[in-house]
Amino acid sequence: MNVYPVFRKELQSYFSSSIAYIIITIFLALSGFFFYTDVLSFNIKNMGGGVTLTEGVWLYFFQDIRFIFLLVIPLLTMRLFAEEVKLGTIELLFTYPIRDSEILIGKFLAPLSLLLLILLLTISYPLSLATIWEVEPWSLLAGYLGLFLLGTSFIACGIFISSLTENQIVAAIATLGVLILFWFLTWNEAIAEPTLMAVLLRLSLFDRTYNFFRGVIDTRDVIFFILFIFFFLFLTLQSLNSRRWRGLQ
Amino acid sequence: MIQVENLTKVFGSISALRDISFTIKKGESVGFLGPNGSGKTTTLRILTCFLPPTSGSVTVDGYDVIQDSMEVRRRIGYFPEKVPLYPSMKVSTFLDFVAEVKGVGRTERKRKIFDSIERCGLAGVAHRIIGNLSKGYRQRVGLAQVLINDPPILILDEPTVGLDPEQIAEIRKLIKSLSRERTIFLSSHILPEVSMLCHRIIIIHQGRIIAEDTQDNLAARLRTASQFLVKVEGPHEEVRKGLEKIPGVVQVEEKEIVSEEIFVYLIRAGKDVDVAREISAVVFNSRWSLLEMRQVEMDLEEIFLNLITQET
Repeated sequence: MNVYPVFRKELQSYFSSSIAYIIITIFLALSGFFFYTDVLSFNIKNMGGGVTLTEGVWLYFFQDIRFIFLLVIPLLTMRLFAEEVKLGTIELLFTYPIRDSEILIGKFLAPLSLLLLILLLTISYPLSLATIWEVEPWSLLAGYLGLFLLGTSFIACGIFISSLTENQIVAAIATLGVLILFWFLTWNEAIAEPTLMAVLLRLSLFDRTYNFFRGVIDTRDVIFFILFIFFFLFLTLQSLNSRRWRGLQ
Repeated sequence: MIQVENLTKVFGSISALRDISFTIKKGESVGFLGPNGSGKTTTLRILTCFLPPTSGSVTVDGYDVIQDSMEVRRRIGYFPEKVPLYPSMKVSTFLDFVAEVKGVGRTERKRKIFDSIERCGLAGVAHRIIGNLSKGYRQRVGLAQVLINDPPILILDEPTVGLDPEQIAEIRKLIKSLSRERTIFLSSHILPEVSMLCHRIIIIHQGRIIAEDTQDNLAARLRTASQFLVKVEGPHEEVRKGLEKIPGVVQVEEKEIVSEEIFVYLIRAGKDVDVAREISAVVFNSRWSLLEMRQVEMDLEEIFLNLITQET
């Protein structure tokens, strides 16, 4: 597989355009603030004791981080294909001896590794808490797995939308719109009758993360996210292919 | 090396290429000539696997552009028309990326990058950001990425467009030096460029190939076609119409206005027709005055024009 060069190019581009530093900074600042407030409110709730860290801190902390994902991930994915089309460099990539799927995987892995890096940096929060409190690592790990799968789903969706347009701003806003729709599909239970609601509930990214954040890894949830990711990567390949057949640059 | 058979390309309701066929042999330099919008870029994009053909077959070194796309791409160095590059990358970083994508091994990558930088005269700007380079240097970066893996076939789409004369001369010299060991297919709408760099010329117009031959043969084929400069005294519009009506005349153009009644016209006629007699007869019968008439030789530029006007 000829994936590495594209991956390296995209990662270099994140760092040379300093977007990586900006996003890491924003992410750490916001998540640090959320962590601080979540621990404060845990202290108040736990006055009488009996509340676990998982129920009292991590559940809220992870839920808060999803909002930062929503803010940050469209900014990471918007340029991946839109910029190539805009610059015309897609004509280089598509005539080099490299398959569409290899280009896609290289481009997919770049924001993914940035996401991993960011998540690794946030481990400093539980580590700092561990100095004064007993932290159960397994439920924490489940929560991080949930965050990782959610972030990866966002990336897959963002790449797909980036392959549809040559305008990066359009790509970012449309990604945000689609993700919010997937997220709040079940916000109001009055919008649909119960049978339809049951289907919608299964599709909602929002509801799928809940088990992870409570420290439970359900294989059905894992499979849902993996299917979601592959579905959007598959759509991206189709979109790249159709761009070629339609003869657009 | 390159074989195109009955290639047709349709975009929606527009036929960009209509049933074109041609062959390019190993080691040949072939020019692909045609006015803007004639289908040059579309043809090159199909050869380089960027666009799929609607129908017909295209093979490069025996490999089909659809079935064995990767094999075709490995053999071709492609210089796209608008020279798309990544503006935020350094020249050397970009070439390193291209070398890696094109499968140049780690051990020889450094040397190959160095070679193409030297060859394209980029040594002074290797560590500069591409976005800050002048058009001439960007063009050279475009050529450097073509040459980086030493492909046996070069496909160049308008490699000198938008450059100043000095830069054009440099790029042409570079291409000329490359043509010794490679097969080159070069598109252009500038005749002298093609005639300078290529053994053979294929002329395309409105999606059809209208001529394909060596430069000398093309000229010989049309030598019988003729061109006259005539100076006529008479009412301008009428003279023009009268001259245009002569059978065999393809085009009448006012070259010079001498006075209100006296114009110099350039008359282009098809091959194998003798219009000189007709011209003088028409002028005489209409009671105008023929002040001067002489036949002029056609250069390649005019042959090209002539071919196109004959077709339409």
